[in-house]
Amino acid sequence: MVQFLQQLINGLSIGSVYALMAVGYSLVYSIMNFSNFAHGGVIMFGAYFGFFFLTLFHFSFPVAFVSAALCTALLAVLIERTAYKPLRERKAPFLYFIICAMGASIFLENLVIAIPAIGPTFRTYPEIFSKEPFHLGLLTIGRLDVLMFIISAVCLALLVYFIDYTKVGKAIQATSYNIKASALMGINTDHIIIIIFALGGLFAGIAGVLFGMKYTVYPQIGMITNKSFIAAVFGGLGSLPGAVIGSILLGIIETFTSGYISSQYRDLIAFVLLIGILVVRPSGLMGKTTEDKA
Amino acid sequence: MDTYVQGILILAGINLMAVLGLSLLTGFTGLFSFGHAGFMAIGGYTAATMTVKFHWPFIPALLMGGLMAALLSVFIGRLTLNLKGDYFCIATLGFGEATRLILDNVQYFGGARGWPGIPNYTTLTNVIFINIIGIIILANLIRSRHGRNMIAVREEELASQIVGINVFKYKMMSLMISASYAGIAGGLMAHYMTFLQPKMFSLIKSTELTIIVIFGGLGSISGSVLGAVVLTALPEVLRSFASWRLVVYGLAVIIIMISRPEGLMGGYEFTPSSMRKLFSRLKKKNITAEGGK
Repeated sequence: MVQFLQQLINGLSIGSVYALMAVGYSLVYSIMNFSNFAHGGVIMFGAYFGFFFLTLFHFSFPVAFVSAALCTALLAVLIERTAYKPLRERKAPFLYFIICAMGASIFLENLVIAIPAIGPTFRTYPEIFSKEPFHLGLLTIGRLDVLMFIISAVCLALLVYFIDYTKVGKAIQATSYNIKASALMGINTDHIIIIIFALGGLFAGIAGVLFGMKYTVYPQIGMITNKSFIAAVFGGLGSLPGAVIGSILLGIIETFTSGYISSQYRDLIAFVLLIGILVVRPSGLMGKTTEDKA
Repeated sequence: MDTYVQGILILAGINLMAVLGLSLLTGFTGLFSFGHAGFMAIGGYTAATMTVKFHWPFIPALLMGGLMAALLSVFIGRLTLNLKGDYFCIATLGFGEATRLILDNVQYFGGARGWPGIPNYTTLTNVIFINIIGIIILANLIRSRHGRNMIAVREEELASQIVGINVFKYKMMSLMISASYAGIAGGLMAHYMTFLQPKMFSLIKSTELTIIVIFGGLGSISGSVLGAVVLTALPEVLRSFASWRLVVYGLAVIIIMISRPEGLMGGYEFTPSSMRKLFSRLKKKNITAEGGK
């Protein structure tokens, strides 16, 4: 029982960071209908921004945290402007977007390796919070885990507020429902797309810093973030609550697999789950079933 | 020929074999896969098992690799071919990565550490030979009734269903053939590298194959050939840049997608008759230009 609860807590903490990442995939998918694989690269940059703001510029933690998030938001918008906008204007099929996103992700990952000052080495964040865990009865809870969970929860709550209760959020909803009709109703869909990329980038930066603090920072982090993409598919691409629930579930399933079976099967379970959900219910747990218009 | 150039050509040939198969699936049937490295892995590990553990000769072992990949593709196809657009793509991505992760845990094949000591059977001659056979089969298939049906499925799925084409059957046929090509490519790779490691067949490899197909031009076999040679050689040409070469590669992919989305060949083929047509058109243009004067 103690082990069960312990794994559950670990799963919640990692799942909440997955949720921050998955939201970025889902936001883009909900409007542009393609899987933005460059998102992993943006998350990786977030981890590096945070690291260098803390170690090189000696920012205090909150400042470094916010500036890293702002930098990745800028980066995500920059990618959209250079790589996706020309395709969008040409009304290219979704696959060209995916290939472009793959190209961008190869570019970002290798850029980090190629810049001599960064390179392929693993880097560890300085210790900001003491490693001393809380003790709750028989359970031990890491301070960082609690922090991760709280920050993620707050960010996601803010996102829900933004989407549901502000004018821009309503415009985002309308655009995701029908981009052409919303453009006719006077919504500047181009701005909406910039806003969703900025939002996704913001969350990517936050997730990147949290992820880097929990583990280490290295150029291939982007590959791990593929799992948050699985979480987004699991919950239903394009659905924000789906992305969050899918991520939490995936986090829990992962920690349970490594806790009860073997940590070697952790990644495998994630991909098997991906195929499984696509076979049984392609639109995911919470996704809207789209009619095939052929 | 010096061994370095020969090595690059062999690698290009191995890539080409996999790309030919993917070209049928993507360029002619309109299905996109991010899991072909998985089929390559199956083919590679099967062929290597046959030669190393059962002492089969090279060519039957290769064919066995292709067959195993095709069998697996039937299973995968049954599950996923009914998925629409993006979701089929994601499912193949999941398949490719799952294959790699399963192989990571199979100790019989050395697990994640890899499997050394596979005999070196792949030479430039047999790579070229196998590729030529592959191209001939593919070219004939595309011109046959089945090939035309596949193209119909690519152009308009619903309409081709209405005219009486069994869409699922042709998608499955295309997937099977393309998987067996990838399996043979995997077998060639195993016997060229003399070493197998699941890491060699990651998502990056699948992406590379899809990028080559699109770079060469969808729906063009000669484009795929050109793409495989150019894109395999490109990182080698850029080797003096060392770590910057993959940065350039990523950038090049984006630039091609933006500036020339139809790829190098843009659906055209290099055949004697197409060349003749091109020349006669040029001639005609000259004549009309002169007549205009």
